[in-house]
Amino acid sequence: MKIKYTLRTAFISLKINKSRSILTILGIVIGITAIMLIMSLGVGAQELILSDIQSLGANTIIVMPGREPKGPTDPSAIESLYSDSLKQRELDALKNKSNVPKLKEIMPIVFSVETVSFSGETFRPTILGASDLLAKIFDIYPSQGAYFTDEQIKSKAKVALIGIKTKEELFGDSDAVGQKIKIKDQALEVIGVFPKKGQVLFFNADESVVMPYTTAQQYVFGIKHFNRIIIQVESESEIPRTVQDIEITLRNLHNIDNPDNDDFFVATQGEIADTLKTVTSVLTLFLVAVAAISLIVGGVGIMNVMLVSVTERTREIGLRKALGATEKNILFQFLIEAITITGSGGVVGILLGSILSFVAALGLSYFMGINWAFAFPLNGAILGLAVSVFVGLIFGIHPAYKASKKSPIEALIYE
Amino acid sequence: MALIEVKDLKKIYGNDGTETPALNGVSFGIEAGDFVSIIGPSGSGKSTLLHILGFLDKHTKGDYKFDAKGFNDYSKTEIAHVRNKKMGFVFQAFNLLPRTKVLDNVKLPLLYSDIKESKWNDLAMEAIRAVGLEHRINHESSQLSGGEKQRVAIARALVNDPQVIFADEPTGNLDSKSGQAIIDILKKLNQEKGHTILLITHEIEIAEQTKRIIRLLDGKIESDKKL
Repeated sequence: MKIKYTLRTAFISLKINKSRSILTILGIVIGITAIMLIMSLGVGAQELILSDIQSLGANTIIVMPGREPKGPTDPSAIESLYSDSLKQRELDALKNKSNVPKLKEIMPIVFSVETVSFSGETFRPTILGASDLLAKIFDIYPSQGAYFTDEQIKSKAKVALIGIKTKEELFGDSDAVGQKIKIKDQALEVIGVFPKKGQVLFFNADESVVMPYTTAQQYVFGIKHFNRIIIQVESESEIPRTVQDIEITLRNLHNIDNPDNDDFFVATQGEIADTLKTVTSVLTLFLVAVAAISLIVGGVGIMNVMLVSVTERTREIGLRKALGATEKNILFQFLIEAITITGSGGVVGILLGSILSFVAALGLSYFMGINWAFAFPLNGAILGLAVSVFVGLIFGIHPAYKASKKSPIEALIYE
Repeated sequence: MALIEVKDLKKIYGNDGTETPALNGVSFGIEAGDFVSIIGPSGSGKSTLLHILGFLDKHTKGDYKFDAKGFNDYSKTEIAHVRNKKMGFVFQAFNLLPRTKVLDNVKLPLLYSDIKESKWNDLAMEAIRAVGLEHRINHESSQLSGGEKQRVAIARALVNDPQVIFADEPTGNLDSKSGQAIIDILKKLNQEKGHTILLITHEIEIAEQTKRIIRLLDGKIESDKKL
């Protein structure tokens, strides 16, 4: 039998059964696209979360108030937000070189969301009280104006830097630097504007108002404690020793003998990254499960269309046999048809999956103002293609094989 | 030796205790060039007989030789080749490929032959001319009348120039005028080209236009007469 003509026969049959062919191809396309999209987003999310944590730097230690939460459902995670165990006294103790000798930099942070207004316009950004160390740690420097100075921290100066979104919401196109914004009836002078930066760790820099922590404590939040104390050491190797020093210092200060009674806890960048890795790997596992379900659904769809279409062509198989087709001829024809369907579905699916993953990464970066990296989901493409092609071939060929084994007359009168 | 030799042929359906014999010991021979009709009421076993003669089905007992060889003398592939080269089939239900052009329908048996593709068009056109449908070659089968469909089926049966044409109630789905046209074509093929033709029918007027009538009843030959 002529291969060229067999190919043509297969293509003609595909054309004759156009809607069936398109349905099957569509099933394969959807299966592959879905799994690629899911896997691409999963990998992207993981990278985003981890890169954010890693941007903190390996030599960073974070001291938080309250008890260390033992898991995501531990209520102490919420208590920590209200705990006032970290105050100026604790800050001074930690700053003391005899207590924590390896400490290089230290910065307390207070934060919350408040309404900010300027001549009738209002906005609710994250208010962040910090020091100029914030710029170094998160790599955010004002594009207009300048950071506040240590002097201004000491004097609780009523000054603030604002994120680009905050600036646009309150000032539109006009200049912000030098103007006075109002927070809780306090007028603060804008001394700088941050360029577009997006999400950094726990806050969105674009929707922020940054001011000296002393100012935020005194005039905005009316509190004496800190929400975080961030400490940097010279190098990563000094982290374990410094964590110990911090714990001893604070326990002494709070007269705590039993570590179980700690009213603070210390986390390092490495620990946070480890925790998040567990979280993201659970997330990935979940996504793979979802993808597997979508593949099963797609596979069942392909299976059905193939099974029905080949079964309903039993009479055609009988006719072809009566006219002299051998079992091999029949199998070859259906093999080519199945390969064509699954192959074209696979190619379209991979193209569509890549494009959609790319668009999704682009869209997430653009609309959420985050740096979402596009990752080509090679695993998804291979897995999706393998399963679809496997299912398509098995269920395209097996019924044809069964039909080709029948006597021609049995197949011809098949209802 | 005759082209078709049948000795005490039996076909029994069902093997779960309730055996239903469709053919119950049939013997006859058909010479090359003959034009034979097999008639009988429905259930007399005439279709079963034709299927066995065309190697579309296997008999249960007895002996059948086509061109001096039986079913078991061939491999599966050889059987397919015999069906392809030496036999042509015309069915009551036409059995054309749907949404396929007349020309491609007629070419179908060539696909499974060892004839070069460059000759396919000429062979198919020759067969289509023999049934007088050359003005319809680019029509799809659904655009044809019943009589035209059956003529396409005959052209398809002819295209490999077979020794025997098996026609299973070819006029069964047609009005008498189209039916007569089909019989005229078969008669012409027998007279002018020398094709051996085996025709199944239940209409005596059609059977009487052939050269020999085998009458079946309850799986046995009731009468066998030359006209």
